[in-house]
Amino acid sequence: MSGFPILSLMLLVPLAAALACLYLDAKSARTVALLATLANLALGVVLWLNFDVGGAQWQFQERHELFSGFSYALGIDGIALLLIELSVFLMPICIGASWNSIEKRVGEYMAAFLLVETLMIGVFAAQDIFLFYMFFEAGLIPMYLIIGIWGGADRIYASYKFFLYTLLGSVLMLVAMLWMVHTAGTTYVPTLMAYDFDPQVQTWLWLAFFASFAVKMPMWPVHTWLPAAHVQAPTAGSVILAGVLLKMGGYGFIRFSLPMFPEASAYFAPLVWGLSMAAVVITSLIALVQDDMKKLIAYSSVAHMAIVTIGLFAFNVQGLEGSMLVMLSHGLVSGALFLCVGIIYDRLHTREIARYGGLAINMPRYALFFLLFTMASIGLPGTSGFVGEFLSLGGIYQVSSWAALICTTGIILGAAYMLYLYRRVVFGDQKNADAAAMADLDLREYLMVIPLGLAVLWMGVYPESFIAPMRADIAALDARLARAKPQGDPKLVMGKEKPAHEEAAHEGAH
Amino acid sequence: MDWSQSLRLIAPEETLSVASLVLLLVAAWGGDKAARLISILAVAALVAAGVLVAPALCGGAMGAETSAFFGQFRADAFASYAKILIYLSAAVSLVIAPAFFDRFKAMRAEYPVLVLLAALGTGMMVSATDLLTLYIGLEMNSLAAYVLAAFLRTDGRSAEAGLKYFVLGALASGILLFGMSLTYGFAGATSFAGISASMTQGLSNGALFGIVFVFAGLAFKISAAPFHMWTPDVYEGAPTPVTTLFATAAKVGALGLTMRVAFEAFGDQSAAWQQIVVFAALASIVIGALGAIRQDNIKRLMAYSSINNVGFILIGLAVANPEGAAAMLYYMAIYVAMTVGGFVAILMLKDENGEPVEEISRMAGLSRTRPGLALALAMIMFSLAGIPPLFGFWGKFLVFKAAVDGGMVALAAIGFAASVIGAFYYLKVVKVIYFDEAADVVKGESDFWHKLILVLSCVFISPLGYLLTPWFDGLTRTAAAALFSGL
Repeated sequence: MSGFPILSLMLLVPLAAALACLYLDAKSARTVALLATLANLALGVVLWLNFDVGGAQWQFQERHELFSGFSYALGIDGIALLLIELSVFLMPICIGASWNSIEKRVGEYMAAFLLVETLMIGVFAAQDIFLFYMFFEAGLIPMYLIIGIWGGADRIYASYKFFLYTLLGSVLMLVAMLWMVHTAGTTYVPTLMAYDFDPQVQTWLWLAFFASFAVKMPMWPVHTWLPAAHVQAPTAGSVILAGVLLKMGGYGFIRFSLPMFPEASAYFAPLVWGLSMAAVVITSLIALVQDDMKKLIAYSSVAHMAIVTIGLFAFNVQGLEGSMLVMLSHGLVSGALFLCVGIIYDRLHTREIARYGGLAINMPRYALFFLLFTMASIGLPGTSGFVGEFLSLGGIYQVSSWAALICTTGIILGAAYMLYLYRRVVFGDQKNADAAAMADLDLREYLMVIPLGLAVLWMGVYPESFIAPMRADIAALDARLARAKPQGDPKLVMGKEKPAHEEAAHEGAH
Repeated sequence: MDWSQSLRLIAPEETLSVASLVLLLVAAWGGDKAARLISILAVAALVAAGVLVAPALCGGAMGAETSAFFGQFRADAFASYAKILIYLSAAVSLVIAPAFFDRFKAMRAEYPVLVLLAALGTGMMVSATDLLTLYIGLEMNSLAAYVLAAFLRTDGRSAEAGLKYFVLGALASGILLFGMSLTYGFAGATSFAGISASMTQGLSNGALFGIVFVFAGLAFKISAAPFHMWTPDVYEGAPTPVTTLFATAAKVGALGLTMRVAFEAFGDQSAAWQQIVVFAALASIVIGALGAIRQDNIKRLMAYSSINNVGFILIGLAVANPEGAAAMLYYMAIYVAMTVGGFVAILMLKDENGEPVEEISRMAGLSRTRPGLALALAMIMFSLAGIPPLFGFWGKFLVFKAAVDGGMVALAAIGFAASVIGAFYYLKVVKVIYFDEAADVVKGESDFWHKLILVLSCVFISPLGYLLTPWFDGLTRTAAAALFSGL
C-alpha cells in the first residue's frame, strides 16, 4: 500500500464526480453522487484497514513541493484518520437524505456536496499549513450556496451569518499563520507542531487561531450562526454541518492550538473553561424552550461541543481522548438526529414540535431509532455518547473540579431537553390527523438509519476500536503539553489499595 | 549612450506612435466604416508592442543599459511587466468594444486610435525615470481617457463622466505638478536618480511637502482613498469597454508609476511616505468596502471594488521592499484578470432588447436563465472577495505575506479584517444571482469575443491559475528586482 496516493485519490473521486454532476440531469446526478460517495467510503475502509496502529505517527504521506515554500503535503495520523472515516461514512447518508427532498437544481446541489466532501477530507489530511487553510476556507463557498439556495424561509440571513462569521475568524488565523511560517521557516505542520514559539507571542497567535476555531466549533458566545444555519439548511446540509464541519474547530484545536502553543493554551485554559461552562448551561437551557426541532438539536450541538473543548483543555490523556470520542459520537448522533427530523419533515414539511405527537402509534420503527439516538445524545451507557462524555468530564475533573461540576449538569439538562422533545414528538396523543397518517420508515430511510444505529452501538460497546488508532497521537500530544499543564485543584492522590480480606468481606455483605 | 541605443529601447513606443498616427489617417479617409479594420490593426499594433517588450522581461533587463535618453526613460523588466498588462488590457477593451457600441451606432473610427494613444501614454508612465517623462506620459494617457469617457456623446451619463474625469483629473495633475515643482526646487534635479541622490543627506521640509503633494496627485490617479470620489461616477457613466480600460490599463499604469516614484525617487526616504501609503491603503480598503454596500448599480459596485483592491495593492507598497513590490505586481495581474472578467460579464448582461442591465436587483435568479454567466460572475465575485481556492486569494495572500515578513503585522491584521466587510457585498451579488427568485430580465445573446474573454479570465482565476504560479513568481521577482536595481 505504501506509495499509493490513496489520500489524493479520496480527494479526487468526489471532485471529479462534482464536476460531472454539474452537467448531468437530476436522476443521473443522484446516482453519480451516491456512487462517488460509496466509492470514497470503500476507500476509507481500505485506508483504515491499512492504517498501521502503533506504527509511524504520520502515515500515507504524500509530498510535492510546489511554489514559494507552498507544498502539496498530505498525511494522516490516528486523529485525522478517525475524522476522515466519519466524513466518508456520513456522506452517502447525506446523499440518501436528499434523494427525494431536493427537487430543484439537483446537479448543482450534488456537486456542492461532493465539493464539501473533498474539502473536508483535505482539511483533515493537509500537512501544509497553507494547504490546510485553503481547504478550511474554501468550504465556505459550497456551504454558503447550499444554505442559501436550498435552505428554508430565512435562508439568506442564515447564509450571510455563516459566511461572514467564519470568514472573520479565519482571516485573523491566516495572519497568524503567515507570521508562524515567517518565524519557523517552514509550512510543514509536523515541524510546526514541534516548534517552540516564544511564549509571549504564543498568546497572540493562540488568540488568532482561537478566533477562527471558536467560531467554527462553535463556542458560546459566537455560536449564534449555528442555529440560524441549521434551521435553514436542508437535512443533508445539517447532517454534514453538525457531523463533520463542526469537527473542524475541534480538529484545529487538537492539531494547531494545543501542540503549537502549549503555554498560551495553558494561559487561556480558564477562559475556555469559562466559555464552555457558560455554553453547557446556557445553550442547554435555550434548547429546553425551543419549539423548533432542528433548533433544539442545534443548541444541543453547541452544548456537546462545549464538552469537547472542556476535554481538550484538560491537558491530560483522558480529556483529549474523551473529546475526540465526543466529536466522533456527536458526528454520528447529531447527524442521525437531524436525519430523524428530516424524515418526518419530508412527510409533514414542518419542524414545529407541537404539530407532531403520538408518532409511536403510527411510526413504531421510526420511534425505536429516534429513541436510540436520543439516548445516545443524552449519553446513556452502551451508546457512543457515554464513553466520550465520561472521559472528557473525568479529564477535566483532574484539573478543575468546578468546571467538571458545572459541565456535568449538561448531561442532566441534556436528558431533560432530549426526553422532553421525544415525549412531545413520539409519545402522547395523536393530535393532528395529518401527523397521525404518516407512514413508517421506507427502505431508503432504513438504509440510512441502520448503519448509524450500528455505529452508535459499536462505539458505545467497544470504544477500543476508535481509541486504538489515536492512542499514540494523544500520548504524544499529552507529552508535548506536559510542560505547561496547569496545576489541578482537586489534588488527586492515588488511593491506598485496600487489604484483600476487607474487600472480600464487603463482597460477602451483598 | 547614443541615440540609436535609445531609439532601440523605445521600439514599442515607436510602434504604437506610428501605428496610431497611421490609423488616424486611415480613420480620416476611411470614416466610421473603417472602424472595424482600424480596431483589428490597433490590436495587432498592441500585440506587436507586447512582443517587443517581452524580451526585456524574460531576460530580466535591468541597470544602466536599459536607460534611454540620458536617464529620462527606462525599458527594464519592471516596465515590460507592467506594459504587457497594459497592452493586454487595451487590446481587450478594443476587442469587446464593437458589440457594445454597435447598438448605439457609435462605433467610431477614433475609438481604437484613442485607446492606442492611451496605452502609449500609460506605457510611458511605467517607464518614466524623470519627472518630465512622467508628466508627458500621464497627460498623454489622461487626455485620451477624458475623450474616451465621454465617447457616447448622446448619453448624458457618459458626457457627465467625461466632464467629471476631466475636471478632477486636471486638479490631480495640478497637485502633482505642484508637488513635482517643490521636489525639483528642493532636490535640484528632475531625474529620479538625481532626486534620490540629493536626499541621501536627509529630507528638508520643502521636499517633504513635495513628496506629500506628489503622492496626493498619484493617489488621485490610482483612485486611492481619500482621493477616490470621482471613481464611481466615472466608472458608471463611461461606456463599459472604456471603464474596462480605466479599471485595468490606466490603473496598472498609475500604480506602476507610483511604484517607480516611491522606490526610485524617494526610495531612501521610505519612512517619509510609508505612513501616507499605510493610511491610503487602509482607508481605501474600508471606504471601498463600505461604499459598495448600498450600491445597486454593478458598475458602481465594481468601482468601489477597484478602490478596495487598490487598498490591498498599496499594502505591498507600504512594505517598501522587493518582496512587497513583487506581491503588488502579482496582485495586479490577478486584479486585471478579475476586472476584465467582471466587466465583460457586465457587458453580457443584456435584456430582450439588447439594453444593458446594470442594476443588481434586475439580475435576480440569473443562475436559472444563464447558468454559465452566473457561474462566471460568482467565481469573479468570490475571487474578488479573496476566498480560496480562487486565484484572487493568492494575490491577497502574497501581499499580506509580504506585510507580515516586513514586520507590519498590525497592518496585515487590520487589512485582512476589513476584507471581511468587502466580502459582504460580493456575497450580495452572488445572493441575487443564485438565491433570489428569477426576474427573467437577462435574455440577450452574447458576442463570441465576450464569451471567449470571459472564459479565459475565468480559467485564469480558477484554481487552474495556480499552475502558473512558478512562472509568475519568477516574472514578478525579476520585475521587482529591476525596480530596485537602481538603488
